[in-house]
Amino acid sequence: MKSNWLLSAALAATALTFVASPAAAATKFEFWYGLSGDLSERIQDMCKTFNASQSDYEIVCVSQDNYDNNLQNTIAAFRANKQPTVTQIFDAGTLDLMLSDAYVPVRQLMDENGYKIDWSNYFSGIASYYSTSEGELLSMPFNSSTAVIYYNTDALAKVGFDGTPTTWTQVEDVARKMKAAGYDCPVAFDPSGAWQWFEQFEAIHNQPIATLGNGFGGLNAEMAVSKGKFVDQLTWIKKMYDEGLFVHKSKDAGETANDAFVNGKCQITSSSIADHGTFGKQAKEGVHWTVAMLPMLEGFERTNSFVGGASLWTLKGKSAEEYKGAAAFYNFLAQPEQAEWWSTVTGYIPVTNSGFEAMKAKGFYDAAPYKGRELAIESLTKPAGENTRGIRLGGYASIRAEMVKTIQSVLFNNVPVPQALADFDAKGNEILRRFEATYAGKSLL
Amino acid sequence: MERRAYYKNPVLPWLLIAPQLLLVAIFFYWPTSQALYWAFTLEQPWGGGNSWVWFDNFLAIFRDREYWGTVLRSGIYALITTGLSMSVALTLAAFVDRSLKGTKLFQSIYVWPYAIAAPAAGVAFRFIFAPESGLVGSINDIWPGIWDPSTNGIQALVMVMICHAWLGIGYNFIFFLAALQMIPRSISEAGAMDGARPFRRMLDLQLPLIAPTAFFLFIMNIISSFTDSFGLIDTMTEGGPIGQTEVMVYKIYFDGFKGLDYSGAAAQSIVLMLLVIGLTFIQFKWVERRVHYH
Repeated sequence: MKSNWLLSAALAATALTFVASPAAAATKFEFWYGLSGDLSERIQDMCKTFNASQSDYEIVCVSQDNYDNNLQNTIAAFRANKQPTVTQIFDAGTLDLMLSDAYVPVRQLMDENGYKIDWSNYFSGIASYYSTSEGELLSMPFNSSTAVIYYNTDALAKVGFDGTPTTWTQVEDVARKMKAAGYDCPVAFDPSGAWQWFEQFEAIHNQPIATLGNGFGGLNAEMAVSKGKFVDQLTWIKKMYDEGLFVHKSKDAGETANDAFVNGKCQITSSSIADHGTFGKQAKEGVHWTVAMLPMLEGFERTNSFVGGASLWTLKGKSAEEYKGAAAFYNFLAQPEQAEWWSTVTGYIPVTNSGFEAMKAKGFYDAAPYKGRELAIESLTKPAGENTRGIRLGGYASIRAEMVKTIQSVLFNNVPVPQALADFDAKGNEILRRFEATYAGKSLL
Repeated sequence: MERRAYYKNPVLPWLLIAPQLLLVAIFFYWPTSQALYWAFTLEQPWGGGNSWVWFDNFLAIFRDREYWGTVLRSGIYALITTGLSMSVALTLAAFVDRSLKGTKLFQSIYVWPYAIAAPAAGVAFRFIFAPESGLVGSINDIWPGIWDPSTNGIQALVMVMICHAWLGIGYNFIFFLAALQMIPRSISEAGAMDGARPFRRMLDLQLPLIAPTAFFLFIMNIISSFTDSFGLIDTMTEGGPIGQTEVMVYKIYFDGFKGLDYSGAAAQSIVLMLLVIGLTFIQFKWVERRVHYH
């Protein structure tokens, strides 16, 4: 009797599965991403909107917590043939992926699935970062940002500075006066912010991080930091640090640079434009602030800054149906209203000219809390230089970590700047040569 | 003569141990052989292929001055954390063993730290040791700038070592206490009657008697400090400042997972594995002989 009961229960369960299946007839495909917290919630909203907008595909969006984890997990999944269809990869992992045989170029994907996308509509600085040197776009631009500098306006007013400093000389002047006026921490400085303090400095001054246009010309590029203007800049940073005008703030020290800024303890900080929204929400009562493009050295013409953030890659080894779904998803992302929504709720910039123009026309950037975000786009769309296309260097995560160590050794252990940067170049070259050997015989078009 | 039951079937014993062998092969030898293979090749992270490079990966790490820095640091780290953790645990166990007031309570609470996951402890200790806001940081109010592990590599290393030692105390404590309680009371009492003070009794009677336990703990602690320190370092210092808390296992993690240099990381793991095997071998071969067993 009992076994009969079990049998019928099993049959009922099977029947239910069959009944339920037609509703799931839509092609499912996975999208893995590296954002968490509030940004992850927004991506989930985006996925729901996409799924509700049509009935042919169902995107399943999975957070892997951060960019590093997402890259590691995607690689592990790919090697086990369990990869998602779409994955979000940040700058430092781009070159490995480009050289691998693991992806379908986005332009090809969209062409094959019958979507007409105006690729020239994407900001050139963003498109070039994710393209081959011949201009073939490989991944879908998604969450883009760039570095900017934030000022406490009350502190600026107190030292009698009108507007915002545009050169580092002015920053030094302002910082010195702030110190004299009783501000303990004029500028918050975190050496682990190599992205804003080093890479973006090189970009807007058109200085080479490596030869061959930062590696765009080939895998045989060599580091060139110790021969450029960053020697002077780091020497200056060291001077500012020793005088207590730049104050060390980091997670390890108990307070990050950004926290020190929004709490009103430090008056100047440099960070991503993506933090613009966060600052608006977190700034303490009575802390007034504004944002500006990164300052320049005297006598330099500003070139475009590097794009930060990540892009979406379509991985090989999936079915034609899943690729159709991915293409439909990219097409959905490219819609102006979707781009505008994403840019509004996160602080990332719109990635297309038309998206930006539409938002500008609507008056989005005219008033708080969004006023100032347009400066990131201005910074990204300055004239390009030989060294401003992006960074295409192998093992870049390791090279970036070496730069953090280099800055720390100069600040904390008084290693002379020329020696520290010469060591950095040597170390970077070792990493590059190793990378070149790993991909022997491969080259990017 | 004693007759033992045995199986005449030559296949059956193999079948019986097969699950065990399979597990060992899958979970130990297979990954190890994979790492060994990668260590002799240059592996592309996305699996696009690799090239055989013989000992190049090993030569590259041996030529790297920073690598020797991590080896030296790992050695110091292992000795100090082990020494600290074991001596504190032994002291606590000795007190508890003397059945002072509240012994039962202490018996349980000293074990608790062992139940805390290293990353969780790392986060907690990071707050305690934070130079600006932490408990320890408050000495900066008296002597400004005296404590700053975020810029001082030696202080950062000390901080991580203290935390690592602290985590191991519970584990060492259980073993020490168990060993101490195995010693017949009469021996200790006889010593006391002869006029030996507690410290003397510890040195001359208890320590030699628990030597096998201490030896076992020593090996376990050394191995654990070589291999388990990574979670702690990742949450507390991420190897910084200036790479001065980067030990061998953390460099393997960074180079492999963040730097995507699978082959370099594999070569380093082989070196670490050989080192741990070597240490264990030396300990068993030479130290064990000097340990007094009953």
